[in-house]
Amino acid sequence: MEPFRPFASKVVPLLADNVDTDQVIPARFLKVTDKTGLGDALFSDWRYHADGSPRPEFVLNRPEMRGRQILLAGDNFGAGSSREHAPWALVGYGFRAVVSTSFADIFQGNALKNGLLPIALPAEAHGGIAAMVEADPDVELAVDLEAGEVRLPDGSAVGFEVDPFSRRMLLEGTDELGFLLAQSEAVAAYEAANPARVDTTAAAGA
Amino acid sequence: MASPRTLFAKLWDRHVVVEQPGLPTVLYIDLHLVHEVTSPQAFAGLAARRLKVRRPDLTLATVDHSIPTHDRSLPIADELAATQIRQLEKNCAEHGIPLAGMHSPNQGIVHVIGPELGITQPGMTIVCGDSHTSTHGALGALAFGIGTSEVEHVLATQTLLQRRPKAYEVRVEGRLAPGVAAKDIILALLARIGVGGGTGHVFEYTGPAVRALSMEQRMTICNMSIEGGARAGMVAPDDTTFSYVAGRPFAPKGGDWDRALADWRSLPTDEGATYDKSVTLDAGALEPMITYGTNPGMGMPITGRIPDPAQAADSATRQALDKALTYMALRPGEPLVGQPVDVVFIGSCTNSRISDLRQAARMLQGGKVAPGVRVLVVPGSQDVKRQAEVEGLADVFRAAGAEWRESGCSMCIAMNGDELRPGQYAVSTSNRNFEGRQGAGGRTFLASPLTAAATALAGRITDPRTVVAASEGVSA
Repeated sequence: MEPFRPFASKVVPLLADNVDTDQVIPARFLKVTDKTGLGDALFSDWRYHADGSPRPEFVLNRPEMRGRQILLAGDNFGAGSSREHAPWALVGYGFRAVVSTSFADIFQGNALKNGLLPIALPAEAHGGIAAMVEADPDVELAVDLEAGEVRLPDGSAVGFEVDPFSRRMLLEGTDELGFLLAQSEAVAAYEAANPARVDTTAAAGA
Repeated sequence: MASPRTLFAKLWDRHVVVEQPGLPTVLYIDLHLVHEVTSPQAFAGLAARRLKVRRPDLTLATVDHSIPTHDRSLPIADELAATQIRQLEKNCAEHGIPLAGMHSPNQGIVHVIGPELGITQPGMTIVCGDSHTSTHGALGALAFGIGTSEVEHVLATQTLLQRRPKAYEVRVEGRLAPGVAAKDIILALLARIGVGGGTGHVFEYTGPAVRALSMEQRMTICNMSIEGGARAGMVAPDDTTFSYVAGRPFAPKGGDWDRALADWRSLPTDEGATYDKSVTLDAGALEPMITYGTNPGMGMPITGRIPDPAQAADSATRQALDKALTYMALRPGEPLVGQPVDVVFIGSCTNSRISDLRQAARMLQGGKVAPGVRVLVVPGSQDVKRQAEVEGLADVFRAAGAEWRESGCSMCIAMNGDELRPGQYAVSTSNRNFEGRQGAGGRTFLASPLTAAATALAGRITDPRTVVAASEGVSA
C-alpha cells in the first residue's frame, strides 16, 4: 500500500443517509477472486440502467465529477454487509477519502485497511461543507491525515480523529498483518494457557 | 472481589492476547468460519507472503452464498460462481481446512451449520467474513463479521486487532402474543433505534421475553443485530443453551462436558454490572412487524399505515422516506395488508431453521399457494432439509405449491440465480430489504415465517393472526 499523503480534490456529493454496501457494490459483482477492477461496478444500480447505459441524473455520471477523489456522504455510510469489495470498488474508482458524520463499524475497518480514509466530522462541520458544496460544486478540499484536518478554501480547517494505530499504518503505507505476525510468541503463550475449544478437523466433522 | 462485569466484558477479557496503551487489542479467535465469497483474496494474500494457516483445526469452511439451490447433481451453470467454489476447495485442500462442500451432508448456510454441529459454543470468539456472524451470539459467544483483510489476519495468526466496543442492553419484557415471532422483536427494535443505533456497540438481549425464547428464536434476533449497526449481539447462556448444545457432534463429552458447563454457567452478566446504553421493549405489546422501505429500520406493525414523508421529523428522514417509497412504489398513509406480492421467500440465516419451517408448514398445511405467486422454501442446511423431509414438512410445502429447494443463501443475497425480477414484490423472511438486495429492481418486505406463509396463501400481505384465529393454536 502507498503511504497516505496530503491531497486536494473537488468532491462528489452523495448525501443520502445509511447508504449500505449493497448499493456501493451489488452482490452479483462479488463472484470474483481478486480485488481489482471493481471501480466500474461502484454504485452500479444507481449509476446504470439495466441495459448498461448510464443514468444521466446520477451524480457520478456528470462529466465534471470525473477524477474527483473525495466522496461527501450522508450519515452511517457503509451500513450492512461486511463485503470489503465496497472499499475495493471505491478505491478502484479513484476515491481516497469519504467524508461523513459516521460510518458503519465494519466498513470503517475495511476502508482503513485499503488506503481509503473515512473522515467522520461533527454534524455542524459536515453540514457546513455540504452547504458550501451546494453553493459552489467546484469547492476544493485539502485532506491532511498527518495534521488530522480538512482544509477549506476560505482558509479554515476542520479537525478529524482517526485512531492512532490506523493513522500510523496509513501514513506508513503498511498493513496490520505484519504487526500481528510479530505477536506470535504472545499468541503461542495464549494458546498454551487456553486449550482449543473445538477441533474442526476431528472425525465428527465435515 | 472483582467488579461486576457484563457477558460481553467477560468474553472480551478472556480473549485478550496483548493489550498495550494506544494500540488496539490483539484478540484471540476460537473459531473461524469461511465461505466462498469473502475468502479468495485472503488466501491469495497468504500465498503472496508465503504464509500458512495457523490453526486449520479452528477453521471450518462451507459453500453457501453462490451455490445453486436446485438439483445439485448438475454442474454449476454460472462460471464465476463455479470458479469461486473451486478456488475454495483448492484453498481448503492446500491448507488442511475442513470443508462442508457442495455435496457434504453438513453443507449449509455458515450461520446455520455452526450451531447445528455444536461447533458454536458458549464463551467462544467466532468470526466469519459475513456480517450475519452475529447469529452465533445467541449461544453466548462473542461473534462478529469481518472483512476479507481480517479473514487473512485470522487465517495467518488466529488473532485480530480490535478496538473494544461498548455494551448495549436490549431488554425485552413481557411475553410474545400468539402469531408474533422472534423476528417481530428484532424488526421492532430496528424500527425503534434505526439502522445506525447500535454502531460501536455489542447488543446483549436480556429480559423474560428473551429467556423464554428457544435457541433458534434467539439466533433470529442475534442474526439481525448488524442491521442495527451492532457488529455482535449476544444472549447469556442458560439451560436452554446447554440442552441445545448437548449431544451435538462437536459438543464436549463426558468430563469435558462437565467442565465446560461449569465454565459456561459463570458467563452471564453479573448482578450490578452496567451497560453503556440500554433500551427496553415490551414483547406483550408487539404485533407482527413488516418493513415498507429500503432498510430494515423502516418497519411497522402489520396493522399500521405507511408513514408520510411530509410528517417526518427532519429533512434527512423525509428525503430517505421519499426515496424509499419511490423505489418501493408505495403510497404514504396506505396499509400494507392486502398489498399483492409476486414472490414469497422462506429461508436465509435469519429464518431457515427447522422451527421456522415448522411454523411455515403449519400455516400452509392443507392450503394452496395463491395462483401466480412463486414461493421458495430454502432450508438453511442439509441437516434441516433432511429433518424437514422426515417430519413431512417438505410434503406440505410441495402439496401447497411451493418450491422445496437445496440449502444455501439463495434469494437473500441473489447471487446464485434465485432472484426477483425488476419491479417484483416479495415478502421475505431474510434480513435485508435494501434496494436490489434480492435482485436488481426487486422490492422486499421483511417479515416472519408466519407472516410469509400467511401471505403465500392469500397472495397478498396478510396478518398471520387472522389465519391463526381460524386454525387455532399456531403459536410463535
